[in-house]
Amino acid sequence: MSLKTFSRGGVHPPEHKLSSGLTIEELPPPDVVVIPVSQHLGAPAKVLVKRGDQVLIGQLIAQSDGFVSTNIHSSVSGKVLKVDQFMDSSGYRKLAVQIEVEGDRWMEDIDRTDDLVKNTVLQTADIRKKILEAGIVGLGGATFPSHVKLMVPKGKTAEYLIINGVECEPYLTADHALMMERTDEVFAGILVLMKGLGVDKAIVGIENNKPDAIAKMKQVVQGSNVLVQGLKVKYPQGGEKQLVQALLKREVPSGGLPIDVGVVVFNVGTAFAAYEAVNKNRPLIDRVVTVTGKSVEKPSNFLVRIGTPVSYLVEKAGGVPGNTAKVINGGPMMGKAISTLDIPVVKGSSGILLIGENEARRKETQTCIRCTKCVTVCPMGMEPYLLMTLSEKSLFERMESEKVMDCIECGSCSYTCPSSRPLLDYIRLGKSEVGKIIRARKAV
Amino acid sequence: MNKFIVSPSPHAYTGESVPKLMYGVIIALLPALAVSVWFFGIGMIVVSSVSIASCILFEYLIQRYVMKVQPTHLDGSALLTGLLLAFCLPANIPFWMVMIGALAAVGIGKMTFGGLGNNIFNPALVGRVFLFISFPVAMTAWPEVGQWMQYTDAVTGATPLGLMKEGLAFKTVGEIMPEVPSFFHLLTGKMMGSAGEVSALALLLGMLYMMYRKIISWHIPVSILGTVLIFTGILWLANPDRFADPLFHLLTGGLMLGAIFMATDYVTSPMTGKGMIIYGVGIGVVTVLIRIFGAFPEGVQFAILIFNGFTPLINKFVKPTRFGKEVSRG
Amino acid sequence: MSQIIIYTIITLVAIGSAAAIILYFVAQKFKVYEDPRIDEVEESLPAANCGGCGFPGCRNFAETLVKSDSWEDLFCPVGGNETMARAASILGREAIEQAPRVAVVRCNGTPEFRPRVNQYDGSPTCAIAHSLYAGEGGCPHGCLGLADCVVVCAFDAIHMDPKTDLPVVVDDKCTACGACVEACPRDIIELRKKNKKDRKIFVSCINEEKGAPAKKNCSVACIGCSKCFNVCPYEAITMENNKAFIDSDKCKLCRKCVVVCPTNAILEINFPLRKEKIETAEAEASE
Repeated sequence: MSLKTFSRGGVHPPEHKLSSGLTIEELPPPDVVVIPVSQHLGAPAKVLVKRGDQVLIGQLIAQSDGFVSTNIHSSVSGKVLKVDQFMDSSGYRKLAVQIEVEGDRWMEDIDRTDDLVKNTVLQTADIRKKILEAGIVGLGGATFPSHVKLMVPKGKTAEYLIINGVECEPYLTADHALMMERTDEVFAGILVLMKGLGVDKAIVGIENNKPDAIAKMKQVVQGSNVLVQGLKVKYPQGGEKQLVQALLKREVPSGGLPIDVGVVVFNVGTAFAAYEAVNKNRPLIDRVVTVTGKSVEKPSNFLVRIGTPVSYLVEKAGGVPGNTAKVINGGPMMGKAISTLDIPVVKGSSGILLIGENEARRKETQTCIRCTKCVTVCPMGMEPYLLMTLSEKSLFERMESEKVMDCIECGSCSYTCPSSRPLLDYIRLGKSEVGKIIRARKAV
Repeated sequence: MNKFIVSPSPHAYTGESVPKLMYGVIIALLPALAVSVWFFGIGMIVVSSVSIASCILFEYLIQRYVMKVQPTHLDGSALLTGLLLAFCLPANIPFWMVMIGALAAVGIGKMTFGGLGNNIFNPALVGRVFLFISFPVAMTAWPEVGQWMQYTDAVTGATPLGLMKEGLAFKTVGEIMPEVPSFFHLLTGKMMGSAGEVSALALLLGMLYMMYRKIISWHIPVSILGTVLIFTGILWLANPDRFADPLFHLLTGGLMLGAIFMATDYVTSPMTGKGMIIYGVGIGVVTVLIRIFGAFPEGVQFAILIFNGFTPLINKFVKPTRFGKEVSRG
Repeated sequence: MSQIIIYTIITLVAIGSAAAIILYFVAQKFKVYEDPRIDEVEESLPAANCGGCGFPGCRNFAETLVKSDSWEDLFCPVGGNETMARAASILGREAIEQAPRVAVVRCNGTPEFRPRVNQYDGSPTCAIAHSLYAGEGGCPHGCLGLADCVVVCAFDAIHMDPKTDLPVVVDDKCTACGACVEACPRDIIELRKKNKKDRKIFVSCINEEKGAPAKKNCSVACIGCSKCFNVCPYEAITMENNKAFIDSDKCKLCRKCVVVCPTNAILEINFPLRKEKIETAEAEASE
């Protein structure tokens, strides 16, 4: 049987799923958390607390400020130490709320039992409102506010809900663990999202390297309108556009969104969060984070509170191995290298990957020999070698006509280049410059 | 605490490198080299070692003293150029001619354009054509196979394609065919020709290896060989007395070597699958045109060079299929 | 033999004349009228084609000079007042004088003052490093040291100092074309008024963070304490976004601000040594 996958390009990086099959370990909150007010795409939330305030777990501490924005809740109970600028994963300082943990006091209206609540009492409009109130964003890493996705624009209709359980990034296993251990909750979350979206069909896409998760999910969805589909392993299948194409053979148009072909995509983690928010009235205050790396003593899937310092997680996984030279927030293909462990876990953190000295450095760049590998692997059908040259020569108008904005920054081109050329570095630079040009044109 | 390394994503790489790819192609050439040494003996050994050594030497000298850059003569590309150049020379050619060919290949074919990655024409073919027009006699005196110890003093004869070309002036194909080697010999390579081009079987073996290693894709070899097969097939069906059968065309001359190793040269071939097919079909057509209607018995090297010249144009106009159709947005 | 030569010459002459006649008529037919003064003005320009005037090349600038009524905002920073005066005399009009300027790098984050806390391993351009993160020194406003400014300089007037990892402007070569100002993704380089003997006083920091985090990354950061602002007798200093800025047009080079700066973020360059400094230096030497 030939399994489904997306049609164009793609690579097969070694999987290294070291923490695969490990149970999710819930970490106690640290002494101090730092909760940034901008953990999502869009406008930062407006801070509601001030220094010295007492907060409860699940209390709203920063409110959505604009349509594309969302709420931020306290993940711990205790005293607000400071509302100040704190370092984010880029090393730039952003506004955040620092809270000293005292006790374990929760907001009263949160259902903290382990009971599975299958019935969703809320209606479509209320579900959307609840998702916004609970501060839910895309937990796959893009952190796009989920309530915005649930509002189908006028003139478009949603036909399918697609749940992304692909987890095509090497090393990461957070979604896998969630599907294995919170299967019923994830399924209930899918039903919540279907209701919130007003669709009656959903497909869960899972890569074939997680047969246990496929089997388990298939079991729970029996008798419903939810289909679980195994997919051939290929990176970047977790890219929205690639996943839609793999499952439905529909191509999202250039410059468009999945809704243009009647589809809305959510991550497995988002489905779980939606369940907790809507059926259990529990805002997004924690998430599953994989801590992994070849030299890490105890690779783990941790359930941690938002705002926990990364150093705390690494400590719990056995500490920083001596040969560590690079720390990545996310997976090796699209994750961001961080310069310090003193940054908080945010809604978009899916994993912490520690890479040893022998694998951390890039190789020396050589000249392009036009081997066509980058063109072959590009899942968007672009010509990375050409885009890099254009970017190096600052020919941004030509980059725009080559539709550089379609690039999903999956990194397949740089990954595969035998000359170790930093293709994506320059394409990304070009994208930001072209973005400036487009914005300037719109402003006129 | 260590200072962490920070760089943009991705943070993983395949581990492929230019030398690895180049040595992959060289490994793919080894069966053909072995067959060649078996048939042409010491001549092939001398020609190929002189060719390889001079290509590497000239690359080093030019990079070091003319271009004044860090020499990259050991990255395998000069070695490959040298080997390919040797493959398309007769095994009895004097070694000083080989050196001139190597200088033309590296100097004119490659370095004048700025070195690896920038050349328009396949360097080995530039070297070969340079020698072909400078020393036409030496370049068309093919040694008979099986003379192990003879080098420049080897007994020479004509290639099957040469026999066909000359014979057709006053004979029919049917009358010539007994004079050319049998198909078994054409396949294994027991015929006269340039040193490396004789054994179709060994070259096909190399092709399979390169496809397995994903060094080349199927597009170029298949489209060239397919075009030659179809084109000569049509002609043969139309008039079997005037035109040799397609199998004869496929197995003789430099077609296999050209289609598998020369036309697939990364730098001088198009970047997209569609482009590669256009390029391959073009090479196939021009090869047949030169072989059958042109002045030379063999045309694959000219066909490849001509389409090397078209490659930038193909790259400009043949784009990969994009993901997602464009929609007009307000 | 001689016949061949004669025929050859005749043929060549015939072809040549025919071609010349065709060319002449074609040239007449397709002639485009251009103001001859554009050529004259272009010749008076430095022909650096650096884009410092804001136009893609000297020719475009010359065209604009000839055509536009007002010369406000039109200035060739490379040629300076002299060139503008020459262009003005060709066109019979008045040039607007501008004070000569020079590029100044407003960051002093050497490895000594701003220790490197991580290693950058991406593409060696500031633009890419800047879009990625705060930089090796951890300062989100400081110089990244990857020399984008050096690459764009057409006059070889800026180079990297390997000791400080900072760009250094060669005042005599700098034409104030502004290419480096454009290239710097962090807007560290500023064009400032050129003073006598290339003397300069400027705040060598553009960090907008609050005092404590700024100081944590870099010991010579401007912490926005306003001491210089208070001491300046000429109102040349403004405080904004936690940092001081000295307006080079208002500054009278009195050097009062330099002394009061608690972090030595204000630099004085090409001044004679101060008396007290000489004394302390002598005292140190005698010890």
